[in-house]
Amino acid sequence: MTDALTTFDSDDDSLPRPAAADAPLLDVRDLHVTFKTEDGMVSAVRGVDLHVDPGEVLGIVGESGSGKSVTMLAILGLLPNTATITGSAKFRGDELVGRSTKYLRKIRGGKIGMIFQDPLTALNPVHRVGKQITESIREHHPELSESDAMERAVDLLDSVGIPRPEVRVRQYPHEFSGGMRQRAMIAMMIANDPDVIIADEPTTALDVTIQAQILELIKSVQVRTRSAVVFITHDLGVIARVADRVQVMYAGRAAEIADVETIFHHPTHPYTRGLLESLPATTTRSGRLRPIAGSPPSMLNPPPGCAFHPRCPRAQIDVCAAEQPPLVPRGEPGHLSACYFPIAAPPETEL
Amino acid sequence: MTNGDAVATNGARPTLEVRDLIKHFPVRGTRGKVVVQAVSGVSFDLYPGKTLGLVGESGSGKSTVGRCILRLLEPTAGAVRFEGVDVATLSGGDLRHARRRMQIVFQDPYASLDPRMSVASSIKEPMKIHGIGGDLDQKVRDLLALVGLNPEHGNRFPHEFSGGQRQRVGIARAIALEPEMLVLDEPVSALDVSIQAGVVNLLEDLQDRLGLSYLFIAHDLSVVRHISDEIAVMYLGKIVEYGPAEQVYEHPQHPYTQALLSAVPVPEPGIERARSRRMLEGDVPSPVAPPSGCRFRTRCWKAAEVCAHTEPALIDRGSGWPVACHFSGSDGS
Repeated sequence: MTDALTTFDSDDDSLPRPAAADAPLLDVRDLHVTFKTEDGMVSAVRGVDLHVDPGEVLGIVGESGSGKSVTMLAILGLLPNTATITGSAKFRGDELVGRSTKYLRKIRGGKIGMIFQDPLTALNPVHRVGKQITESIREHHPELSESDAMERAVDLLDSVGIPRPEVRVRQYPHEFSGGMRQRAMIAMMIANDPDVIIADEPTTALDVTIQAQILELIKSVQVRTRSAVVFITHDLGVIARVADRVQVMYAGRAAEIADVETIFHHPTHPYTRGLLESLPATTTRSGRLRPIAGSPPSMLNPPPGCAFHPRCPRAQIDVCAAEQPPLVPRGEPGHLSACYFPIAAPPETEL
Repeated sequence: MTNGDAVATNGARPTLEVRDLIKHFPVRGTRGKVVVQAVSGVSFDLYPGKTLGLVGESGSGKSTVGRCILRLLEPTAGAVRFEGVDVATLSGGDLRHARRRMQIVFQDPYASLDPRMSVASSIKEPMKIHGIGGDLDQKVRDLLALVGLNPEHGNRFPHEFSGGQRQRVGIARAIALEPEMLVLDEPVSALDVSIQAGVVNLLEDLQDRLGLSYLFIAHDLSVVRHISDEIAVMYLGKIVEYGPAEQVYEHPQHPYTQALLSAVPVPEPGIERARSRRMLEGDVPSPVAPPSGCRFRTRCWKAAEVCAHTEPALIDRGSGWPVACHFSGSDGS
């Protein structure tokens, strides 16, 4: 995971040209990812469609095993070679699936920036932070001299709110706190002015007061660079704060896609509604909590048909267990969900 | 039962009284030996059948408090009285007897259950150690049923259960000895959202049925609010605010409590985007060299001269519950 950010490499694969203004930046169709494991084949992603428009924040929410991270790692070519990827993922119209490591390396850390949950996986512990940022800058801008790049690194650290950046560039990652490391990683990522920022649980390991700072920073970086953000999280509160549009994932597929207000107020997929209802109220002391019955499925052997049907209060077994429900439009433009018995909008009760 | 009654206890004796608890860890730093002041004088009471939520961010010392209570860690100073007896003075059989009545549930049931033992054996183990007689197999079946698992699944191994089910096994094991009190150390933090709710409901049911007292240690403030009668907010080894949960959430008096609550994202986009937020600058200082006076002052927007040299006592400053701040009061922004 670190190589993209710390390796010098140049090749002449030309980068994609700007596509039409209204075309999605990222367009994923029918993506499948399968892992070979000791226990058999694990289908982690089973036909995901996803698109990211310029300048938007797409929130991807799902529980463990929903395939939300694997989808993004697959697109970026960051999965181990036990993974088989099929389907299509286009960035500005150019196919990423099946491309060379060299090409993908050029894309990621360049036009597609990444922030991970644990910055230590992306920062090399034995190199000074400034060195790592200048390497990342010079990988994509070889025309810059070392000292120009270092100057840029200091400015970047300053711009992400790191105090005394001229001292900090000479420090090692372990001398940074968790929040500061995440800031350093964001500085490194914005060094190359990305079109899309993929943030995979970037605040999950942080305390809430630090999380608030980092969410604010990501938001301001997005506004400053006019980039799109794909924000992967399990935290619906974070989704409510940052996302314009939301894609709810379950068992390797998209369950529901809609703008953030619709997802929270008029969900049509029983899983989306179940997730929202299982949360304790944050503004009042609630009564009894309402969990979703059962557990998320094993991806070694996912249930047939709709993978949610064994836990679903609306399931009719002969229909739901027979075939995977397709994503179909519901009412509002851009609202899609994959369910044979969707909840009609508007719902009887406000959440 | 409303939360306002939580402090008024109708004369009941606390199950647990913690007084001036201190825990220091000597560590070898780059500049010789230093002391991590993990817990620096913490006092609270836990009453029968009640839940005290202990909240704070990493480094606040909340988990260390839980471990000191069970003497999984030896306190450096202070008293931990369980049912009137100072746990710190106990040894041998007396300590074992006390431990039977206070149990702990950890965050990660996968780490606290032996992967090579069937869950029935894991649940039986403490009963055997404490010499409990009778039909242990039947007791295990009863316990599994009580925590919502199939009573016939005792011969299965931890890896055959999901995360939520494993946590239920951990809870079954903790209540096997019929304790008075459970220390719940982040019991649902590792679970998926849809699973958390079921485990929280189970804990509430068990409390009602068995009259258990809970010390609920967590960083997830919405879960703590849901389950707690009272909450104690910790920052850098000290309690900064301690009161009835509902009132502290509605009218936080300490600037840190205010910042902490305002940092929690609300899962409702309309409310979440309209909120004004109290942002804290910087990071938590090192517990090796905490700031003088009030430990929160380096990040506090209300800090003044007095905060640097006079430590604010944890006393009622007019709100009806104790707050450790010279300038406590509702956040007028």
